[in-house]
Amino acid sequence: MSGPSNYKPTTAFGKWMHARLPIMELVQGQALDFPTPKNLNYWWTFGGILAVMLVVQIVTGIVLVMHYTPQASLAFASVEHIMRDVNSGWLLRYLHANGASMFFIAVYIHIFRGMYYGSYKAPREVLWMIGVLIYLIMMATAFMGYVLPWGQMSFWGAKVITNLFSAIPFFGESITTWLWGGFAVDNPTLNRFFSLHYLLPFVLAAVVGLHIWALHVPGNNNPTGVEVKSGQDTLPFHPYYTMKDAFAIVVFLIFFAAWVFFSPNYLGHAINYQEANPLVTPSHIVPEWYYLPFYAILRAIPDKLGGVIAMFGSILILFVLPWLDTSRVKSGSYRPLFKGFFWIFVIVCIALGYLGSKPPEGAYVVWSRILTAYYFIHFIVILPLVGLLESPKPLPSSISDAVLAKKKPAVVPAE
Amino acid sequence: MSTAEHAEVNRRDFLYIATGAVGAVGVALTAWPFINQMNPDASVLALASVEVDLAPIAEGQAITIKWRGNPVFIRHRTQPEIDAAKAVKMEDLKDPISRNANVKDANAPATDENRVVGGKEQYLVQMGVCTHLGCVPLGNEGDYAVVEGAQKEGGWFCPCHGSHYDTAGRIRKGPAPENLHIPEYAYLSDTKIRIG
Repeated sequence: MSGPSNYKPTTAFGKWMHARLPIMELVQGQALDFPTPKNLNYWWTFGGILAVMLVVQIVTGIVLVMHYTPQASLAFASVEHIMRDVNSGWLLRYLHANGASMFFIAVYIHIFRGMYYGSYKAPREVLWMIGVLIYLIMMATAFMGYVLPWGQMSFWGAKVITNLFSAIPFFGESITTWLWGGFAVDNPTLNRFFSLHYLLPFVLAAVVGLHIWALHVPGNNNPTGVEVKSGQDTLPFHPYYTMKDAFAIVVFLIFFAAWVFFSPNYLGHAINYQEANPLVTPSHIVPEWYYLPFYAILRAIPDKLGGVIAMFGSILILFVLPWLDTSRVKSGSYRPLFKGFFWIFVIVCIALGYLGSKPPEGAYVVWSRILTAYYFIHFIVILPLVGLLESPKPLPSSISDAVLAKKKPAVVPAE
Repeated sequence: MSTAEHAEVNRRDFLYIATGAVGAVGVALTAWPFINQMNPDASVLALASVEVDLAPIAEGQAITIKWRGNPVFIRHRTQPEIDAAKAVKMEDLKDPISRNANVKDANAPATDENRVVGGKEQYLVQMGVCTHLGCVPLGNEGDYAVVEGAQKEGGWFCPCHGSHYDTAGRIRKGPAPENLHIPEYAYLSDTKIRIG
């Protein structure tokens, strides 16, 4: 990692340690003194919030495993045992279940922030791609975790999602049998999902390490999108951003706690309190809210393989986003045309989520098709063209100039 | 392993390549048990057959049994259902293949005859697994059931993504690509079958 470090060991122990493992230099250079643009707004605090949520999920998950039984005939009862018998078990489980939703709320805000401010553009393409990888691992982890309570929605969600792979020509059926360890979702499936659900968060933690490494080479993007030019433009990470992040984290935890204590089952499905029954499908299968836009895309295509390709394509296209946006201006604040399309895109994503929660019939299908088409058009047509056609607003000469200009009410730049 | 440093290929180059090749094969051989352990184990494969007595199933009645973790539908069809299934033209079918493990020709057409056993055409035995994404379809439902007054007879409808199957279990409308699969089964006596 790069970045200036003024670390000079002062104590005898500090010098002894520094000669053997210079970890204090790393901490000081990367976490305390790290030069950070001085104009970061609250949208930038979601990185820290996400780190906290990952820790919350790992800690609550590890203690839940002390009471959970990953066996098809016992799993459902063991979750009820956690809810009724285990000391504070209800709290731990509600923290873990709602924590997953909070994790996704934060990651969606984090992703849209990156899109608005052009944080995926050079020299941060690798940082962005590692982020997309993190998002994919999160989705896989959350999916397998949802299967563990072995309720009706767990079981049928697992069956429908694993069956997506049966759309693959020639090998489809062998792949699903291999994934299930049998001819249907059953105990072997539950066992392996449990194993991987325990593993993946630690993989996630390691990839988050790479994400931060890739962040600390070019440094943070910022609301102007203008790169740091001098020490005038930055502040040390500590105490300025440790405090700002801490405040945002506390506010976010209040929001989290409101769900856990006042509405812990709102984001789930009542039918998952019914034990898995391989002979009866619930009348309306819906995935968790954070998958709904992709589920809408899957169902919009009237062909099995086509639907699966569109669904995975809608996520994988994010990997090439840095090369689809042709504008050299990073921040949406200085791109009048892009800004409009950005908000249309946000609304389209939310609308797709709504459509994904509705049954696949009538007008819902028509709208799913229109918005699915728009989703891809946004990336493949709109982003490349807007970058070529629009004339961006003049950029401030430096971060410092932008901050100082903001002090004078007469020349407030657009947010 | 560049040969640029020395003009001709020598014994050392051969040793490099041979060592690398043995290493690669070794890694692949070692990886295989770790991949193959996820395939169905012996205890899962052991549950491969089940016997069913058809005598108690009255005409117009259907039962669901579990075979290899999946539901199997056994329906005693009424004459109107059989007639409706026979009247369908082959070009109206979305999937023209019988999907019957008991028919020798894998591409046999999906006629009603190819979906049942000759002389036992009242008994339709098929997997209760939608060929779209694996949900269990609902019986006596869908646009291709036989309508008797206010009641629907035969036909299946998958509630997950809206696939309609006719009275021979053939896909007629919706996203499912194939007819409901028919498992391997044989008559042990006049009213008894073994599935698997």
